[in-house]
Amino acid sequence: MAKTQLEEINRNIYDIKNKDEYDYKIKKGLTREIVEEISNQKNDPDWMREIRLKALETYNKLEMPTWGPDLSELNMDEIATYVRPKSKLNSSWDDVPDDIKNTFDKLGIPEAEKTSLAGVGAQYDSEVVYHSMKDELLKQGVIYTDMETAVKDYPDLVKEHFMKCVPISDHKFVALHAAVWSGGSFVYVPKGVKLEMPLQSYFRLNSPESGQFEHTLIIVDEGASLHFIEGCSAPKYNKVNLHAGCVELYVRDNAYLRYSTIENWSKNMLNLNTKKAICGKNAEVDWVSGSFGSKISMLYPMSILNGEGAKTEFTGISFAGGGQNLDNGFKAIHNAPNTSSVVNAKSISKNGGKCTYRSLIRINENATGSKSSVSCESLMLDDFSISDTVPTNDIRTDEVEFSHEAKIGKISDKTIFYLMSRGLSEEDAKAMIVRGFAYPISKELPVEYAVEMNNLINLELEGAIG
Amino acid sequence: MKELLEIKNLHAGVEDKEILKGVDLAIKPGEIHVIMGPNGSGKTTTANAILNNPEYTKTEGSITFNGEDITNESTDEIARKGVFMSFQLPEEIPGVSVTNFLKYAKNKITGKPVKIFEFKKELQKYMEELNMNPKNMERSLNVGFSGGEKKKNEILQMLVLNPKLAILDETDSGLDVDAIKTVSKGIEMFKNEENAVLIITHNTKILHSLKVDYVHIFIDGKIVKTGSQELAKEIEENGYGKYKK
Repeated sequence: MAKTQLEEINRNIYDIKNKDEYDYKIKKGLTREIVEEISNQKNDPDWMREIRLKALETYNKLEMPTWGPDLSELNMDEIATYVRPKSKLNSSWDDVPDDIKNTFDKLGIPEAEKTSLAGVGAQYDSEVVYHSMKDELLKQGVIYTDMETAVKDYPDLVKEHFMKCVPISDHKFVALHAAVWSGGSFVYVPKGVKLEMPLQSYFRLNSPESGQFEHTLIIVDEGASLHFIEGCSAPKYNKVNLHAGCVELYVRDNAYLRYSTIENWSKNMLNLNTKKAICGKNAEVDWVSGSFGSKISMLYPMSILNGEGAKTEFTGISFAGGGQNLDNGFKAIHNAPNTSSVVNAKSISKNGGKCTYRSLIRINENATGSKSSVSCESLMLDDFSISDTVPTNDIRTDEVEFSHEAKIGKISDKTIFYLMSRGLSEEDAKAMIVRGFAYPISKELPVEYAVEMNNLINLELEGAIG
Repeated sequence: MKELLEIKNLHAGVEDKEILKGVDLAIKPGEIHVIMGPNGSGKTTTANAILNNPEYTKTEGSITFNGEDITNESTDEIARKGVFMSFQLPEEIPGVSVTNFLKYAKNKITGKPVKIFEFKKELQKYMEELNMNPKNMERSLNVGFSGGEKKKNEILQMLVLNPKLAILDETDSGLDVDAIKTVSKGIEMFKNEENAVLIITHNTKILHSLKVDYVHIFIDGKIVKTGSQELAKEIEENGYGKYKK
């Protein structure tokens, strides 16, 4: 089973490479001049420009992480941090340039918008090229727009929340993000407004040797409810691309937010993303995450349960093939009484791929009566793939219910034989077992994403059997 | 009539240990054959050898199915040619419902798209006949099924996939009287003039309600005696002592 086989997998739609055409691409590297130039290009207000420059200083002071995957191949001198596509922001797909529109068509975005979404944002390289929301939501006071528009039109809301849930000093790549961020979505759901259909933002990186640093800021006000979906993909290039997005979620008292992600970055991507949610009293944030792409991924969404009775659930799956190192997990901070967290994480590794589940559950002294249950399960499809679990459980009060369960398994020859005796090829049999393993996660995804996830699994298993 | 299955001088085993030491067996369409024999005599090995389970190695002999040599054919190909095996210990597949599994398998076996509505009706009919809980259709395949439910599920698969040759490896073992009757009923529903059944069993209870054409006694990797249904009765009364060396 040659590792190179994986390189030859046809990722079909995801691998469509458009010409590297852009309106503006900043020179590679990361200097004060470059950050200032991004700020000029984006017509930042002064306060945002200051945030960027301060963040750059913080970036320069912070060390690279000393744990987890090896990031030594990342050379910021080789990355262009801002690429403006040849398209302005549009509210009609007809106005989006053909090659860009075709890409999103093939990813099924405009189609999904017609049938099952309340609003859509689409980012291409560093800027959002399309944003639209159903009129009735506008009337209810829902705001769903690109971050740049939010900075200009809702400066107070942005100032109050931007890089407050995720502090700039959190880690080096958060600081990088704050210095060069561009694009992303801003959502505000007013008190008591419950969206029945999801909003979806899709992030596509086309330009080689570049980075995507979109910022997603969502505020779900008291008693409101939202399902937000984020999708991302990129075609594969030979040199490293970088994704260091940031997601900040504010879920006010009694509000509900479900945040679903399907990540299918290409296998030259370093995905160093940061996501956090702050939950008020009796609020709930549920994360659903499918992580398939990237060469290296370090992603640990965090729920901070600050209000009494706040809840969070994390349901996630990672799938690592040859040459991939997916270091994913979840963090929950129980910071108030009677809070609860539920984790159901799965991983699949094959062809020498590595999956690590890394987590933190912290239950503070004041979080009496809280509950946490963690289950992680991994499946290895061969003898040379790797799976690891690195949980940290920091429980500071006795008045809690806590459970942690971890299972590591392999596909047995007996199971393969059983399925083959029913007419399935070895490949079909493995794919069926993997789809079944992933089912508890895929059933939580919106249906078109569940279908996409099964397609991805089938795609991943093609050619995987030697 | 032409043989459906023909095994000639088959030698097979696990790793270095030879279990089958020259098995000859011929089955024609329309026949029910029974293999009986003490533990370790090679009954299950024969079933696995026919399906070419890679855990077993063949050192000599040949297996022909419907005129084609399938000795070294892959298991899925053999299944698609029309051989089915009911397992002693059916595997559990979490996250894959009975319905979806069978729909998928049927598509692979027939090479044709499966029409959902007709398929579900067919499935329901068989499940009723086999006294199966219809809720099991949506449960993960064999996960949390009792021993009896798993065995019935194997018979259900046989009915849905409709093979030319069904090999039932100890499908009756561990079942109570009622469940054994249900399994027999399933075999009767399946059986016609064009297909054949090979029943591997320890005991003769399942044979009471089935009309059997041939009974073969396996001892130490060989068929030492072939007879009619009467032979099964003899074994029931006297055991294998007479045939052991």
